[in-house]
Amino acid sequence: MTYILSEEEQMLRDSAQAFLAEKSPVSELRRLRDEGCKDGFRHAIWKDMAEMGWNGIVIPEEYGGVDMGYTAAGIILQEMGKTLAATPFLASSILCATALRYGGTEAQKSAHLPKIAEGEKVYALAVDEKARHDAKHIETRAKKDGNGFRLSGQKRFVACGNGADMLIVAARMDDESIGLFLVDPEADGVERTLRRSVDSHAPANIDFNDVKLDGDALLSETDDGAALLDAVLYAGRACLAAEQLGVAVEAFSRTIDYIKERDQFGQKIGSFQALQHRAADLLTEVEMTESLVVKALRQLDESPSQAPFWIAAAKGRATRVSRLSASEAIQMHGGVGMTDEYEIGFFYKRAQAAGEFLGDDAWCTARVAEMSGI
Amino acid sequence: MSNLESFRNETRDWLEANCPDSMRTPIKSEKDICWGGKRFEFASDDQKIWLERMSSRGWTCPTWPEEYGGGGLSKEEAEILKEEMSRIKARPALISFGIWMLGPALLKYGTEEQKKHYLPQITRGEIRWAQGYSEPGAGSDLAALRTKGDDKGDHWVVNGQKVWTSYADECDWIFALVRTEPDAPKHLGISFLLIDMTWDGVSTKPIKLISGKSPFCETFFDDVEVPKENIVHEAGRGWDVAKYLLSHERANIAGGGSGAQMNPASAARQSGEVDEDGRISDPILRADIARLTIDALAFETTLQRIKDQADGGQGVGAKASMLKYYGTELNKRRHELNMSALGSDGLLWEGDNPEDGDPARSWLRSRANSIEGGTSEIQLNILAKRVLELPGG
Repeated sequence: MTYILSEEEQMLRDSAQAFLAEKSPVSELRRLRDEGCKDGFRHAIWKDMAEMGWNGIVIPEEYGGVDMGYTAAGIILQEMGKTLAATPFLASSILCATALRYGGTEAQKSAHLPKIAEGEKVYALAVDEKARHDAKHIETRAKKDGNGFRLSGQKRFVACGNGADMLIVAARMDDESIGLFLVDPEADGVERTLRRSVDSHAPANIDFNDVKLDGDALLSETDDGAALLDAVLYAGRACLAAEQLGVAVEAFSRTIDYIKERDQFGQKIGSFQALQHRAADLLTEVEMTESLVVKALRQLDESPSQAPFWIAAAKGRATRVSRLSASEAIQMHGGVGMTDEYEIGFFYKRAQAAGEFLGDDAWCTARVAEMSGI
Repeated sequence: MSNLESFRNETRDWLEANCPDSMRTPIKSEKDICWGGKRFEFASDDQKIWLERMSSRGWTCPTWPEEYGGGGLSKEEAEILKEEMSRIKARPALISFGIWMLGPALLKYGTEEQKKHYLPQITRGEIRWAQGYSEPGAGSDLAALRTKGDDKGDHWVVNGQKVWTSYADECDWIFALVRTEPDAPKHLGISFLLIDMTWDGVSTKPIKLISGKSPFCETFFDDVEVPKENIVHEAGRGWDVAKYLLSHERANIAGGGSGAQMNPASAARQSGEVDEDGRISDPILRADIARLTIDALAFETTLQRIKDQADGGQGVGAKASMLKYYGTELNKRRHELNMSALGSDGLLWEGDNPEDGDPARSWLRSRANSIEGGTSEIQLNILAKRVLELPGG
């Protein structure tokens, strides 16, 4: 295992950086917000990403993907974190693609994975039913009905839920096990409510009222749906941690640039030891987090059974440090950091939202305690 | 089979055959550490045998050249040796300032004669070295040091005082920073001298600390005659050597090298703080320990990442300051948590067993981690100026 990026990985990072700077800078997120975009992302940019090969980054080549793995996905997401790109990448290309790849039948994979890879359809994963992330708490029911199922329940704050063309929904089956179901959001009995979030994304609360599903809606390559869901969520957390790292790195670097330029009391405020020490401490926190994120992603690619422990550690720390970095950024920017016109506040908001998604610091820390037998 | 694989197999077999069983247990206290030196009394025959066997292969300093008593191993081989040792939980055969401070400095700046003379003695643990840097009034501002060496042609006459010289009362030699060009600018008038502590005019006095123990001493030089060949690098250029050596020291202090290994989770078990499922029963203590675990992993992975960067040809430079800063702050937190987890068990100072009082002493000792080798504040200054390139005041 190495902590150094390969040449191929560096090229991926460089092209992600260039692409996102051009197509999806922070100003693009602002535009989406100000336009009141109900999907929360720009379809044209999503198509462009598909052309770059990103949307199939963890999809096997036979289903139209490039199969580069989660470290590569994390490299892209870290760059997305730096520009606050609002895209269905995590929801569609990581969470749902992983669910299908490892849980789908041959027919399901052939039908759905190419659509994700080509950016033809946007997929979203619906798990949480409580305000705080808890994949063990699933009361949505999928009752057997002839060859198919009847789905009832409520999911809340589904990421990309309002703009998704297809949903993968976690539900409890008659024998109390967990199943993942492909559900068309336009089907009878599905009701979506847009929930605009503080980070200008467009999640949705989704009600399922006795929705009729065919038998082949169930992802059924594995017997243990709970284990599949767990693996999917851990892959998502590893990639999300990379995005959070990107948020932390960018908020930090904008702050350093700012304190080098800003004059007060006749000198640059970056010359004050009070700020220098906080900046150096923050540098250290960010660097420590980066190592853990790289480790978690590489573990996921190289020995997935060991990965959850490292992922929980990385996501917990990335949650803590992205918030710290963005809140220190506002403080060191002073009054201007509080204005909507200035972009730094967008980072603070995204840090908070990403921190809650898929398990916050407390949740992750509890998993580390559990897995290390503390 | 690749060369590295066969090296791993040979190493594994050799360690299996040569590492005594009693050297495969964790270092519990200062007494378990083998420091070497003329006055060192081995704690057991096994400790002595282990040092002899390891040094006969050059494995106390695995990457140093064989001609200087090292193992001549590549970085990859040294890494394998480390992994194989930790696999059987083998103790380091020798820990010394000679290995992690003076040795690297001599390899870079020493003359051929100096290398041939001093390095093998270090690898065999024959000479124990002290570090003579800090002085009263010249701690963090090290270049303010005033110990002086008057040039007498073929030797200097050294007068002055050093402080915080670790274990000076048990050491054989000292490497000291001495002002030899009184008129040169602050950083340019300093020389790096090697001084035998048995020479006339050298004396030491222990300093009692809050931990009750006294690893630190004051060291006095009173008309000590130091021959000219005992200088490392050029006269007046000792600062280069000092800085190079400090970066090694920082990486090592950051590595958590202050003796006993403290594990707050097992401390909580020892004091009975577990529920029927075997978890630490106090939820806040449990969370604190889990967060410390995460931060320790972050630190370890960062050590590895910076090592990978260095191996890949990227300079490490001021990042040593980051490791020193974070590693020592982390170590202090670990000791504090350990004390919390132990409760009143941790407060014991003296009892019937020799290891009684170790947790409290180690905890108190750890407070110095963020002071010695450059304070945390100095490390933050270095990061702010050299890495972040923030403006000067």
